Amino acid sequence: MKQKYEFSVQSHRFINSAGKALMPLPARYADLQLLEQAYEQMVLIRTFDQKAIALQRTGKIGTYPSVLGHEAINIGAGLALHQEDVFAPYYRDLGIQYLRGVSFVEQLMYWGGDERGSCYAKQPEDLPICVPIATQFCHAAGVASAIKFRQQARAVLVSGGDGSTSKGDFLESLNLAGAWQLPLVFLVSNNQWAISTPRYLQCHAETLAQKAIGAGIPGVQVDGNDFVAVHDTLTDALTRARTGHGPTLVEAVTYRLGDHTTADDASRYRSQEDLKKAWEEEPIKRLRLYLSSQNAWDEKREQALLQRCKVTVEKAVADYAAIEPDVPTAMFDHLFATLPEDLHDQYEELRRQTQEASHD
Amino acid sequence: MTNMTMVEAINLAMAHELNADPDLLVMGEDVGMNGGVFRATVDLRKEFGRTRVIDTPLAETMIVGTAIGMATQGLHPVAEIQFMGFVYPAMEQLICHAARMRNRTRGRLSCPLVIRAPFGGGIHAPEHHSESTEALFAHIPGLRVVIPSSPLRAYRLLLAAIRNPDPVIFLEPKRIYRAVSQPVDDNGEALPLDTCFTLREGSDLTLISWGAMVQETLKAADHLKQQNVHCEVIDVATVSPLDRRTLIASVCKTGRAVIVHEAPRHCGVGAEIAATLQEHCLLDLKAPVKRVTGYDTIMPYLRQELRYMPSVERILSAANEVINFGS
Ligand SMILES: Cc1ncc(C[n+]2csc(CCOP(=O)(O)OP(=O)(O)O)c2C)c(N)n1
Ligand SMILES: [Mg+2]
Repeated sequence: MKQKYEFSVQSHRFINSAGKALMPLPARYADLQLLEQAYEQMVLIRTFDQKAIALQRTGKIGTYPSVLGHEAINIGAGLALHQEDVFAPYYRDLGIQYLRGVSFVEQLMYWGGDERGSCYAKQPEDLPICVPIATQFCHAAGVASAIKFRQQARAVLVSGGDGSTSKGDFLESLNLAGAWQLPLVFLVSNNQWAISTPRYLQCHAETLAQKAIGAGIPGVQVDGNDFVAVHDTLTDALTRARTGHGPTLVEAVTYRLGDHTTADDASRYRSQEDLKKAWEEEPIKRLRLYLSSQNAWDEKREQALLQRCKVTVEKAVADYAAIEPDVPTAMFDHLFATLPEDLHDQYEELRRQTQEASHD
Repeated sequence: MTNMTMVEAINLAMAHELNADPDLLVMGEDVGMNGGVFRATVDLRKEFGRTRVIDTPLAETMIVGTAIGMATQGLHPVAEIQFMGFVYPAMEQLICHAARMRNRTRGRLSCPLVIRAPFGGGIHAPEHHSESTEALFAHIPGLRVVIPSSPLRAYRLLLAAIRNPDPVIFLEPKRIYRAVSQPVDDNGEALPLDTCFTLREGSDLTLISWGAMVQETLKAADHLKQQNVHCEVIDVATVSPLDRRTLIASVCKTGRAVIVHEAPRHCGVGAEIAATLQEHCLLDLKAPVKRVTGYDTIMPYLRQELRYMPSVERILSAANEVINFGS
């Protein structure tokens, strides 16, 4: 018998949980400016995240999925993307979307149950949040196909969770990306859980990155709590995509430090010890330790940053609160390019009822 | 007899059948350790073990397709789809296989399975968590579609669904999972399928509904009673196959009908019922059959969802139109 094919999966990590560089960082991180910027964005995202959870608790928004523990992945990916790239998100990509120009107010509108939250005033091409798991992978393959068809030097990033890799949509898109050599990067945020389903029940493979092998494309794992590993790997993968070198799958390993969403209670299915252990790996602290060790961060800067983040977030919350609800008839306005005549009666009925209700 | 909510009654029915039927399996996303996101399967894994109460990978096509294979082996899978809005990847398996296995093999193989899914609006959930698309399933020959509207009927209809030798789509109106409690006796007694339930008798107007809307409909009937309009209220309960006989008999008696459902109006189950009524009750009808439904739009997100769903006011306004028709 002869060996037909053999594979191994690389795993990247530059900065460990104690904030120590395990090897010299790639040149792009030499002047520390990028790392400071990343750190500030990660803290901002966490500040917003905590606020959003509080807003859900007081009924100001609906169900909300926290990104706690995903900050390095979010900001690493967001900073690796170029403006002209296209991003196809899932619901735990707050930070990526923020860096793509989706405002906190739009996020609050979306999670507050207002469709206008997906208008993305400053982001014309990115896809909206996809709630049905894994469906976005196929759309991203389509966007990448369009880019390839037009011979543009742009990349597409598509994102999903560990659970999403079990669905056909993921595997079918991966397969297509390989077969057509699409300018597409798959980012899998492996946070160890799909609601209550642990990673090992999802798939028997040692890594999720190796799913790429079956599609004939490169798959790598990164420490998803290490900004540098995420950013560096995605930067290279996106560059390859933009320059005609095909797709990549990046599995970013982290831990979901919060409940699945505000509707979930993770204490039902996972232990406090596991959670405590996971906190030791969390992404923000380690980058702060690293920056401090380089004399690029101190308590004074930290306090100033926290203050700035608070102001930014409070401003967004105030702006959100000031927004009038959409008119109910808006549910008809964007159904088709023009409202078919058949629906005019229903439109009128709703309009009348809304008026009557507002006169009560 | 214990007082319980609908979701507790559903849990009880599964526990009852897991005890009674060694071939029964419960499967789905998060049904084991977590007991389901609505707790419908809570404690079942503890009691019956992880080989019978199975946490699956996240893949609806696989869940339903695998349940079909199990069923052809004589197992009785009860598969949970976490929300109705996530069943669509499994439509191919349901339409092309579950619904047809018996017919295709002329009875050699069959699909005694149940697909449970919470559905409907009004719980302030994100996109795709609030729609009512029962008509999609009702349109498929070979599938049964069952929708309970009270804890007791949930318990007894789920038993019936599980014991039925054909595939049953069991849709659970999640807005009333915990809204009402009533005594439920765990006596293992199933209700018949393909039967409407007449919740109130009346002579002036038949109100026809199912699922969470039965609550709104009953409230409307209370209001109408104060106006001296006596409503017959029917919970359709089995949307497919329909118990047309009960519906026809009632409307031939009252001469008036208002159908209430949360789903969009166009090609909704209400259209099928209205067509049936005009076919059979024409000369007894004193007014056109009216429908109070969701609009033919995408179900709005939570801020506007109550504007979309039929309200007591909308039901009353339709009822009054029907009552005052021609006068
Ligand atoms: C097709 C589909 N099935 C089920 C759900 C319900 N659901 C929402 S999130 C989720 C778990 C997803 O886990 P994962 O992909 O690991 O992402 P994470 O939430 O952990 O970031 C499930 C089952 C859904 N949204 N879509
Ligand atoms: Mg996950």
